[in-house]
Amino acid sequence: MSTDTTFAARSQQENWLPILELAVEEVFEIMLGCRLKAAAQSEPQLNREFTAMVGLAGALCGIVMVCCDAKTAGQVAKSMLGDTADSQEQVADALGEICNMIAGNFKNKLAGTDERCMLRVPTVVSCGEYRRHSMADGSSGETVLVFEGAPVAVCLQLQS
Amino acid sequence: MDKIRALIVDDSSVMRKIVERSLRQSGIELEKVVEAANGSEALAALQSNVVDLILCDINMPVMDGLEFVRQIATVESAKGVPIVMITTEGSESHVVQALSAGARGYIRKPFTPDQVKEHVLPVLGRKP
Repeated sequence: MSTDTTFAARSQQENWLPILELAVEEVFEIMLGCRLKAAAQSEPQLNREFTAMVGLAGALCGIVMVCCDAKTAGQVAKSMLGDTADSQEQVADALGEICNMIAGNFKNKLAGTDERCMLRVPTVVSCGEYRRHSMADGSSGETVLVFEGAPVAVCLQLQS
Repeated sequence: MDKIRALIVDDSSVMRKIVERSLRQSGIELEKVVEAANGSEALAALQSNVVDLILCDINMPVMDGLEFVRQIATVESAKGVPIVMITTEGSESHVVQALSAGARGYIRKPFTPDQVKEHVLPVLGRKP
């Protein structure tokens, strides 16, 4: 499914957040065979022990991030591989690839933008205590969905 | 059906395993699987391995998939080997670039095993 309006007309978070959510749901359903649920207020606090990031450059400039706790990251890798991950590197690799597919699926849904937007290779941070500093102004939004009973946050930060 | 030798090129080791699994789920029997993390490693692997099929990502460090497809034309042992791109890059221009460079198929991530079957079997001369 793709949208038929230009990204310029939908630069506000409330416009692109549903597209991001759809991109996330499709990736988890196709690659992990899992339907995500919307997070309720009662969901446990998200522990951002793993953060995967993919940069966007060109017509869309910014970063897509996927954050979850270590146990959930391991579960993502297990669902992808069909077996328990051998190492932390494999867990990071799996989460990075999920983020990569979400970023690609998101931009491919934005008609007229996918041709002029490039993806960077993923980066994964595996520690809970970090701060992210953006060097440009812009809009950002986050959606929290539930995978295997645990919250997974997907954030898009766009630079203007 | 004959067993085939496949070269899978992707900077994600998890994705290489998923692609291999998808090939097996497509009913393709694999005699050998050679893995490479980028185009440069793939070109080096082709110096010492003969393969029947290449599945290749586009966005990779060191040498991307499009450059790999362009350079493979110079590798004698790989001439005529079908290449199928498997990538998150879904734009028409990427598809055109890949096919113009010599790729025979194009699969967008995320993908199902059925999509792998649909795109890979024809380039091997088999019915999906």
